[in-house]
Amino acid sequence: MIRLEHINRTFKVGDELVHGLDDVSLQLKDGDYVSIMGPSGSGKSTLLNVLGLLDQPDSGNYFLNGDDVTQLSELKQARVRREKVGFVFQTFHLVPRLTAAENIALPLTLAGVEHEERDQRVNEALASLNLTDRRHHRPDQLSGGQRQRVAIARAVVTKPVMLLADEPTGNLDHASGIDVINILEQLNTQGITLLLVTHDAELGERAQRIIHMVDGKVLP
Amino acid sequence: MMRPNDIVQFAFHAMQGYRTRTYLMLLAMAIGVASVVLLTSLGEGARLYVSQQFSSLGTHLLIILPGRSETTGGAPPLMGETPRDLTLQDVMAMKKSRHVRRLAPIVVGAAPVSYRQLEREVMIIGSTASLYEVRQLALSRGQFLPELEITRSASVCVLGNTLYRELFGTQTSLGKWVRVSDYRCRVIGVLEEEGMSLGMDMGDVLIMPVASAQSLFNVNSVFRVLVEVRSGEVMDRAQQDVINIIRTRHDGEDDITVLSQDALLSTFDRILSALTYSLGGIAAISLLVAGIMIMNVMLVAVAQRTAEIGLLKALGTPRKLIILLFLTESAFLSMMGALLGLIIGFSGNWLLQQYFPDFPFVAPNWALWAAVVVAVSTGLVFGLLPARHAADLDAVQALSGHS
Repeated sequence: MIRLEHINRTFKVGDELVHGLDDVSLQLKDGDYVSIMGPSGSGKSTLLNVLGLLDQPDSGNYFLNGDDVTQLSELKQARVRREKVGFVFQTFHLVPRLTAAENIALPLTLAGVEHEERDQRVNEALASLNLTDRRHHRPDQLSGGQRQRVAIARAVVTKPVMLLADEPTGNLDHASGIDVINILEQLNTQGITLLLVTHDAELGERAQRIIHMVDGKVLP
Repeated sequence: MMRPNDIVQFAFHAMQGYRTRTYLMLLAMAIGVASVVLLTSLGEGARLYVSQQFSSLGTHLLIILPGRSETTGGAPPLMGETPRDLTLQDVMAMKKSRHVRRLAPIVVGAAPVSYRQLEREVMIIGSTASLYEVRQLALSRGQFLPELEITRSASVCVLGNTLYRELFGTQTSLGKWVRVSDYRCRVIGVLEEEGMSLGMDMGDVLIMPVASAQSLFNVNSVFRVLVEVRSGEVMDRAQQDVINIIRTRHDGEDDITVLSQDALLSTFDRILSALTYSLGGIAAISLLVAGIMIMNVMLVAVAQRTAEIGLLKALGTPRKLIILLFLTESAFLSMMGALLGLIIGFSGNWLLQQYFPDFPFVAPNWALWAAVVVAVSTGLVFGLLPARHAADLDAVQALSGHS
C-alpha cells in the first residue's frame, strides 16, 4: 500500500523555481501495474525518485504500508530502499568491472547476505531471466536487452515489493523493449507493484492504470 | 551490514578496474616510503660508521687536553692568564693513579721526511712505547718504539705504511736512516696498513719518542695525553684522579679538559641521530605529497564513478558504507604502496651496500614503522575527503551522470 499526500518538490533552475511535483496525492495498492506518462519535464521521474526514496519531497507525506517514510533517518531510508524497492534504469547502470552474476549479487553483497544464500538467489534470478549462460560476461560483452535483463534481475533479487522502472526500454530496439516489458509484466503478475515511466503511448496503454502528468501535476 | 571480505573484494575490483590510477597511486606512495627508508638509512649509516670508528680508537680511553673548554661565568681574566701547558712531568704524575693502566703523551707537528732524494711532508707524532697498545696499532715489520724513560730522546722512528711505500718502495727500510727536518733517525718499524681513523691518516705518519719530537719542534709541552683506564667501571674515578693530580700540580687550577670516549661518542651519536630524524622528516614530505596525490586521484575516481555511487545509493547503501568502501580502497592502495616502497628501499640499500661496502646502510626500525604508519594514515586521512564527497553526492543527480 503506497499513499502520497500533497507531495511538493521544487527545483531551482537558474533563478527560477520549477515545480517537479506540485501537490501530488496518490494511492496505489500492492500488486498494481501503473504507467506514468507525460511530456519530458512533467515530473514523471521525480515522482518515481520520491517513491523510491531517492529524492526528498519539500513537503507532504509518503506512507508506505502505513508508515510515514519521509520522517525516517538516512540510514532507515536506505534500509527501506534496500528491502522494498527495486530500480530499473534507462541506462541500465551496471557496474562495468563486474560480471553479470556479480552485478546481480551486488545488492545482496552490500546488504551482507551470506555467500551460499547469495549464490542461490543469484542463480534463481539468472535462470528466471534466461541469463544462466551469460553469468560470467561483463556488461560490455552483453547486448542491450541482456543488460536490461541483468539490471532487472538485480532489482528483484532482493524480493522488493515495488519495482520502479524509468524508461526501461528507452535504450533498446523494439523487440528487446517488448521482451523487457513482458518480463516486467510477468513479475507484476507474481505480485510485485510495478511503476513504469514511459513516454511511449503504446507501452503505457498496457498498464491497468495510467497516470498522466503535466508540469508536476497529476491529471485527474 | 556488508561483510568485511566483500568490502575488501569490492575495493580490489575497483583497483583492478582502474589500473592506471592504481599504478600511479602505488608509485607515489612507494616513492615516499622508499625515500624514507633510504634517507634514514644514510643517517643511521653515518651514525654506525662513526661509532665503529670510535671503537677502533681503543676502549676505555680518556683524552686529556690542556686548557679548559668549559665556559664559566664572569668577565674574562684581565691579567692575560693563559692555561698552563701539560708537561712530561704531568704525564708521569698521572701514571700514579691506580686506575690508569697505560698512558701515551702525544706531541704532533708536521715536518718533511726524506730518504735520499725522496722527500714527503707528513705528520710527526711524538709518543712512547705505550701508544702501541693504547692506540691499538699493528706493525707490518720491525718493532715499535722501545721502552725508554719518558724524557729521553732516541734517534729511532716508526713509519706509517704509506710513508714507507713512498720513500722506500719495495726496498727494506729497517735500519735505514731517514732525515726529519734537521734530525736523523733510524727506521725500526713500519705500521700495518690501517687507513683513516677519525680523520687521522695513520698511514702517512712518522712516530718518534716524545722527547725527540719535543726537541724537533722546540716545545716543552704535550699536545694531548691518551689515558687507558683499567676498566669501564672506573672511568669516572680515573677521570677524577687525573683532574686532582693536575690540580695539585697546577696550583689548584683546573686547567685541563678530559674527554672520555663515551662522551665524544654520545655527542656524535646525538648529532647524527638528529640528522637521521631530519632526513626522515624531509622524506616524510614526499609521503605527504603522496597523500595529496591519493586525495587527488580518489577525487577523480569519485567523479568517474558518479553513476556507480548513484547506483549504490539506489540499492540502499547507507552513507557510512559508501565512505567505508572508498576508504578501504585508499587504505589498500597506500598499504600496497608502502609495501612496494619498503621493497624498493631495501633493494636500494642493498645496491648501495654493494658500491660502498664500508658504510653500513641500515634503515632504523623506527623509520620503517613510521614510514608505513604515516603512509597508511595519509592514505586514510586524504582518502576521507573524497569518500565523504562520494557519500554526499545527490543520488538522483549521480544516477543521471552529474556530480
